[in-house]
Amino acid sequence: MSATPPESDFASMYDLNITHAPDAGGHFGRFGGRFAAETLMQPLKEIETAFFEAWADGSFHAERLDLLEHYVGRATPLYHAERLSAENGGAQIYLKREDLTHTGAHKINNTIGQGLLARRMGKKRVIAETGAGQHGVATATVAAMFGMDCDIYMGREDMARQMPNVLRMRLLGANVIPVDAGTATLKDAVNEALRNWVATCEDTFYIFGTAAGPHPYPLLVRQFHTVIGQEARAQILKQAGRLPDVAVACVGGGSNAMGLLHPFRDDAAVKLVAVEAAGYGLKTGKHAASLAAGKAGILHGNLTYLLEDDEGQVQGTHSISAGLDYPGVGPELAFMLEEGRLQLDAASDDEAMAALQLLTRCEGIIPALESSHALAAGARIAREMRPDQIVIINLSGRGDKDMNTVFRQLGWLEDAS
Amino acid sequence: MSKRLTDLFARCKADNRAALVGYLTAGDPDVASSRELLLALADKTDILEIGMPFSDPMADGPVIQAASERALAAGAHIRDVFALTKSVRDTHPDLGIVLMGYANVPFAMGFDRFAEQAAAAGADAVLIVDIPPEEGHICDAALKAHDLDRILLLSPTSTDERIRLACDNGSGFIYYVSLTGITGAEMGDVRLIQQKVAHIQAISAAADNPLPVCVGFGVKTPEQAAQVAQFADGVVVGSHFVARIADGDGSDVVRDAISASAADMRQAVQAATGASA
Repeated sequence: MSATPPESDFASMYDLNITHAPDAGGHFGRFGGRFAAETLMQPLKEIETAFFEAWADGSFHAERLDLLEHYVGRATPLYHAERLSAENGGAQIYLKREDLTHTGAHKINNTIGQGLLARRMGKKRVIAETGAGQHGVATATVAAMFGMDCDIYMGREDMARQMPNVLRMRLLGANVIPVDAGTATLKDAVNEALRNWVATCEDTFYIFGTAAGPHPYPLLVRQFHTVIGQEARAQILKQAGRLPDVAVACVGGGSNAMGLLHPFRDDAAVKLVAVEAAGYGLKTGKHAASLAAGKAGILHGNLTYLLEDDEGQVQGTHSISAGLDYPGVGPELAFMLEEGRLQLDAASDDEAMAALQLLTRCEGIIPALESSHALAAGARIAREMRPDQIVIINLSGRGDKDMNTVFRQLGWLEDAS
Repeated sequence: MSKRLTDLFARCKADNRAALVGYLTAGDPDVASSRELLLALADKTDILEIGMPFSDPMADGPVIQAASERALAAGAHIRDVFALTKSVRDTHPDLGIVLMGYANVPFAMGFDRFAEQAAAAGADAVLIVDIPPEEGHICDAALKAHDLDRILLLSPTSTDERIRLACDNGSGFIYYVSLTGITGAEMGDVRLIQQKVAHIQAISAAADNPLPVCVGFGVKTPEQAAQVAQFADGVVVGSHFVARIADGDGSDVVRDAISASAADMRQAVQAATGASA
């Protein structure tokens, strides 16, 4: 599937071909699919149809790319972190600066795309789930810009952890609905958003936040985020004259990971690394590493890796970062792992905290706790490599939202709880 | 198709009445009490849907969500679901029994083992909310191998194409979800439900394998049950019974409340079409 690219230098950076597409039912090998309640089957089909029509329509991309350039602030820089590289003493580390986008994280790439799709389909209201609040903020932002009603579902536990983002969403005019069910975190927010969507699908578009969920969301979210990897690929060729040896991203559901890694998939020499949240450590059982420690299961509309007990009951997860605190993962990452194209890594809460402080002190960049997981593992990988080699790390978001958590971890704040 | 379900709908038809289908979550509020409650409801219904507790019941409203949480908190396992099913079957040879739940529990067990044990416990059919016909490749062969019917759902958003898909791939009966929403929500305009059910019945009648159509989600009062019974082949009542557990202060009280409200529902369904009790 391709469209005539809009004519501008900016737009010409992006490849609009869809590669590694799932089958017609949304399956990536044995993963993915559309395990949804009957009521949602037709609305999902309508989104799929609208997406493929839009993707083949040059005017859709012209507007999307115009917003990405002038509203989001793309292309984001690829920054050679020389001091961080020297500090680690291994490969050259380049950071893909998604933290510099409008709203402070990569999530806006997707909400712009889905927001345009919602408008194209004539929907007046959008809903979304959110964990760290970044997807909620990005959705509320787009809803404000497009003049749509917006309800955001968020676990009460996460609301407490990410209060600044809750308040930002309210300021943007969104209604933040606390979710008390289950573990009161991201998975429960997804359940509640799905329950609402079942009742409202006629006038409401569900802006799903990660490259998971029922078909077509994994494909759609991936496509809207590939700008990250496509830019990074062109930038590293220009800045270093060669492709990277390794590309690294953190994984909760997998949106920033698919965004960075997908465009390097056919570059066989580039290692693709997904970093999961090891929480207190993989052996403690208190983590969010679905790929490393889970098994195949069905949740939220797709077949993927899940953290669950022997009888298929989904388990609670732990991570210092709300954005990685999810017991599932995008089905395409599960597929890439089984296919052997993806390498797994993990970083603990403590390692993420250390990586956050190191980047802050030697580069003056305060990363999100989610991205700090990628930084921790990326630096560890870089240390084992030669100085003439290159590692690209996706700096998926900025750390402003995490300051309370970080200060508390450092003992600079009284624990409010 | 399960002979028991075929015979049961034929009997209801001969009596000129709709079947009464009741739902409770297995293991709610605990396994021992749940046995009493399931048996009490089985006495008053034609078909019993036995819910398999799940950590993330995405299609359920607060009442049935709470039931799943209570059951899991009290330590209900899938083996308890089968044991409870067997208890009901042993005392109710003609009752239709449907195991209802979400995909991940049978998937974790493996559908072959799940189907084998469900059939051995005496279930006639299985209803998995999040396995639409398109994803039936993961369970259809296993269910068929153990003569279990696969109940498929239809809803107000189902197109004619989807109705035909359900008629071609489902068996036992069609479960029509009367509203766009979750279990226990407010029932919609009964005339619209009637129109859609008539439409589904017409498409089903033209299919190779015509299926009865039962209507559920949102049926909470005997009046609503009576209205639906006038045109549907079966009326499903769930949250209304489960809510008695949340309200009740003790097992006998809850059991009597469920039994009494099931009797009211049964009377309403029978009176709706002039059938004799």
